[in-house]
Amino acid sequence: MFLILHPNSVSLLAYTIYLSFAGSLVLAVLPKGKPALARWLALAVAIAGLALAVQGFIAGMGQGRTVLIDLPWVPSMGIHFLLAADGISRVLVLLTGLAAVAGVLFSWNIELRTNEFFALFLALIGGVYGVFLSFDLFLLFVFYEIAIVPKYFLIAIWGSTRREYAAMKLAIYSFAGSAMVLIGLLAAYTTAGSHSTGLIELAHANLPVSFQMWCFPLVFTGFAILAGMWPFHTWAPTGHVAAPTAASMLLAGVVMKLGAYGCLRVGIALFPRGLDPWGFSFIGIGSWRDVFAVLAVIGIVYGALVALAQTDFKFVIGYSSVSHMGFVLLGLMTLNQIGVTGAVMQMFSHGIIAGLLFAIVGRIVYDRTHTRQLAELETMHLSKRLPFAAWAFVIAGMASIGMPGFSGFIAELQVLVGAWIAKPWWALAAGVGVVVGVAYTWRALQKAFFPDVLPSAHVLEQEHGHELAAITWPEVTGVGLLTGVSLFVGLYPKILLDAIEPAVKALLAGGVQ
Amino acid sequence: MQETISFTPQLAASPIAEMLWLIPAVPMVAAGLAALLMQAKRKTSAVLAIGSMSVSLLLSLVAFAHVVAGWSHGQAVRETVNFTWFQAGTANIDLGWVLDPLSAVMLVMVSFVGLLIFIYSIGYMKDDENFTRFFCFMSLFAGAMLGVVIANSILLLFMCWELVGLTSYLLIGFWYQKPAAAAAAKKAFLTTRIGDVFFLLGMVWLFAQTGTLLFYNNGAGSIEAGALAGLLAQSAALGLTAAGAIGLLIFAGAAGKSGQFPLHVWLPDAMEGPTPVSALIHAATMVAAGVYLIARVYPLMQAGALAGGTTTALTVVTWVGAFTAVFAAMIAVAQNDIKRILAYSTVSQLGYMMAGLGMGGVAVGMFHLITHAFFKALLFLGAGSVIHGCHGEQDVRRMGGLKSDMPITFLTYAIGMLALCGFPLLFSGFWSKDGILEAAQHWSVVKTPFYMLVFGALLTAFYMTRQVTYIFGGHWRGGKPAHESPKVMIVPLAILAFFAMALGLIGTPAWPWFRAFLDGRAASFDLHGFMEPRLLALMGGSALVVFLGLGLGWWLYGDHSPKPSEPDALERMIPPVWAALSDKLYVDELYRVTVIAFYGWLARGADWLDRRVWGGAVAGVAWGFSLGAELNRFLDTNVVDGGFDKGCDELSVGGGLLARIQTGRVQTYLRILALAVVVLVAILFWSNRV
Repeated sequence: MFLILHPNSVSLLAYTIYLSFAGSLVLAVLPKGKPALARWLALAVAIAGLALAVQGFIAGMGQGRTVLIDLPWVPSMGIHFLLAADGISRVLVLLTGLAAVAGVLFSWNIELRTNEFFALFLALIGGVYGVFLSFDLFLLFVFYEIAIVPKYFLIAIWGSTRREYAAMKLAIYSFAGSAMVLIGLLAAYTTAGSHSTGLIELAHANLPVSFQMWCFPLVFTGFAILAGMWPFHTWAPTGHVAAPTAASMLLAGVVMKLGAYGCLRVGIALFPRGLDPWGFSFIGIGSWRDVFAVLAVIGIVYGALVALAQTDFKFVIGYSSVSHMGFVLLGLMTLNQIGVTGAVMQMFSHGIIAGLLFAIVGRIVYDRTHTRQLAELETMHLSKRLPFAAWAFVIAGMASIGMPGFSGFIAELQVLVGAWIAKPWWALAAGVGVVVGVAYTWRALQKAFFPDVLPSAHVLEQEHGHELAAITWPEVTGVGLLTGVSLFVGLYPKILLDAIEPAVKALLAGGVQ
Repeated sequence: MQETISFTPQLAASPIAEMLWLIPAVPMVAAGLAALLMQAKRKTSAVLAIGSMSVSLLLSLVAFAHVVAGWSHGQAVRETVNFTWFQAGTANIDLGWVLDPLSAVMLVMVSFVGLLIFIYSIGYMKDDENFTRFFCFMSLFAGAMLGVVIANSILLLFMCWELVGLTSYLLIGFWYQKPAAAAAAKKAFLTTRIGDVFFLLGMVWLFAQTGTLLFYNNGAGSIEAGALAGLLAQSAALGLTAAGAIGLLIFAGAAGKSGQFPLHVWLPDAMEGPTPVSALIHAATMVAAGVYLIARVYPLMQAGALAGGTTTALTVVTWVGAFTAVFAAMIAVAQNDIKRILAYSTVSQLGYMMAGLGMGGVAVGMFHLITHAFFKALLFLGAGSVIHGCHGEQDVRRMGGLKSDMPITFLTYAIGMLALCGFPLLFSGFWSKDGILEAAQHWSVVKTPFYMLVFGALLTAFYMTRQVTYIFGGHWRGGKPAHESPKVMIVPLAILAFFAMALGLIGTPAWPWFRAFLDGRAASFDLHGFMEPRLLALMGGSALVVFLGLGLGWWLYGDHSPKPSEPDALERMIPPVWAALSDKLYVDELYRVTVIAFYGWLARGADWLDRRVWGGAVAGVAWGFSLGAELNRFLDTNVVDGGFDKGCDELSVGGGLLARIQTGRVQTYLRILALAVVVLVAILFWSNRV
């Protein structure tokens, strides 16, 4: 082992990765038939990861980018095993830690091949930690791929509703995106000629503008596919719906953030000139920046509209993710401090809130009612039978539509201000999405929990003998954790912004610090 | 148009201004504590709520006294306390609160009316199993509303504004087992949110343009002269300046909250909530928040107006207000639900306030807001008392003769009704409404709003007479006989009735105290204020209109109110008009076939696109891959190697990848994945070579 610990305690962050992978390995070889052990072990690993993330976050306050470990890996190509963290990384690692703990809590009732489930779950988490902490392009890409593989199995084995189709769709999209990214990266490496795959070296390599002009859209699109950018978003709803609850939570909560993070950390940081104007414009679009901003705005409105038409509860949430991730991409394309900060904030916020929504729909409701059809839920009188779920969804819905007091409000406000400064009509169009967002959230809420029709006496009688299973402690804890975080950040956004702001500033000022 | 007032810049906020935050905070804390209570702790929850409101009222009175003291020393008080919430880039996201005549007046009104309604609720909600939750939500509402009032930051105002909307949603849907209540709650939330998004965009624009979220900040605030000059210099679309466009966006938010046409549809439905909620939220305070918002940002609305002139934003406010005033009054004529009549009346009166703001300035609109809060709260609580006494009956046709069964309710209700009608001299509504009519008469643009508002006054007197004769006149037409309500409900009625009359005293032309106070001018008592001929003519004319309305109502309904089965008197005279009015002029239906249908169509279209087009594209790509695999297999078996593993057959059976995916096993996908990787690597090699 050649783990070199730097004296500052921030470097403990790197252990989030090792710990998750180690946990995954242990779970894989654990004796079968002891699901409780697997659960507790997974929870312990997830909590330890969260603790490390929190520790790293606190220790990193007021610091810029800190290197956690730097080892030559493939010297002939200049590839390093380089882990580092700046404010953006630390915030997203924190998000991953939270999502991991919540994910385990909401998977407490997994009985089928429990060991393998949690092994894959932790492998996915480890990969995600790795992406957020890699400052070497090649390493980042490796972790990125590592994160994609367990996702496939989680859906294909433990999923529902056309799971094979969804898993395959996800895999095809992911690999297509990866292929685009890889081409871009190899091209950038060759063009830079610096014999280093370090993000910082590449950012300082002064890649020719003409090169950036074609490489930027390639890499950006490749990553944005995983962020659910319209029109490459269709994997997201089907994937979310088919996935088991914890996997939907991770998919929406952190995996989509991998894409958005790549867009920022690699796309924008390495190829900033790719966003320059083309020198001509067509229907108001005169740069790649305009193109992607327009796609983001379309995603916001379109995702919300499609969510409005869904009959499956989980599809509503699935499409809402497309809409909310549109805010992230729009924020990135503002290219100003407040907008990009808002985008990172939205990554965090959406990770928490989408996780909560999927947990309520997938775990708390579906596992008891065995249906996600709004038309069927409408007859089930859930506000009376599952009051906890109803209240939890009211709160989560509030958070999702950007009610002040929750983290989403701060994020969307910043993105809107940033967009207004960049181009007012972006903000206006996104505003339409906000209105429709309220409509689909409340439509789903009313249909699932507070329907306009009272159940008949017959139904009530039937319900009497069939009480729904009681709410369990992991569910209460998970809902409490996620709502608590969203509220805390919504009321005291400074805690994250102090970390995000300087990192965004440095990134926009000319690549990485 | 009023002259610009110069408030002396503040050096340091007084301790009283420093503690202003306590006024909303105390009820909020009470709400938080109540949320932790068990359902059975009914008494504790009521004590918490009422205690916290009393504290807020006390503090509000102290603040009010402070402003009045400063003012009587010839000093217009405007003290602000601002702080930075967080930084966004180079800009500060600031919050803060302001103590000035506007917020002081509103604070006292909200906390006082709120306290009375809380007390009344003890009686009204006595038998409800969720008594504790009720007081928790009510306290939360009060805190949020008081937050709206003191906000000196448009962001803080917006946040409290949304919280107010949330509590309104929770309270309309308080009896959510009732489907109508759940539907009304959703409708209210959605409709007001539409307005709120415009408000949000207006705020974003204002912030992007001026770089500050504060209203007042010693000259650097967003609605102070410096920022306004910048906003006026900036032109937006349609010949508007940025100031005008932002003003209109903010007005859209105000229109949503204050039930202005075309966003008024939620307010009558909101009557599904408990009656104290209707009184506090949907009559006295929250719906007035829109009016208050316009009053708060008045410098922005007014920016660029020449002396005696108006601005586009204010003209829009005026027209929307005047139209709403008449439109809702017409619908109120043909309603039979006691609370719905009052709800449309509220919409109509909010229109008056808006029109008053648009034509007469802050003081004119605000005076009507304050008087209306008292007499409309009185009417709603009176209606609650009637409903309580009639065992839950809400249809005025099934009431009657209650003046002898419920004498005190009748007396106080009559006072509220006369105040609302604007009965001359004795009642506050007369003076506040006349202020608006006077402003309309002098409006520099056209006189049409004046005539509209006069017609609205006629309708108001008419529908209120109809309602009162239905409820209190004639004979009892219901089932179980009615009874008077308990003291805890009656006493608040009496107090409100007193103010419904007495408040007029501070706004007469002889002693325009309220106006002078808000404008920061000295008030003097001068009986000659009455003697101006034009004013006398106006007062006489408006009194005549009120008498005409009362007379018409009495003539049609006075001593022969029909049985529930019989058609209404007006219905017999003009059936088609009646039908249209009782169906609320078909606005809901219009929305159903236009806006809602349009969005439904858009949503289904997008959904279809997603399933067929994008989904199809994916299927196409997958099919392409599978074709490639087929080709590979062909090459492999026939060209490269004759005897290929049998498993490869399985891999590449035709019929499309998707069909296989639905039936296959994990191993198969792994192979496909492996194949995809091979293709990928091939692409990479190829691309690297280039």
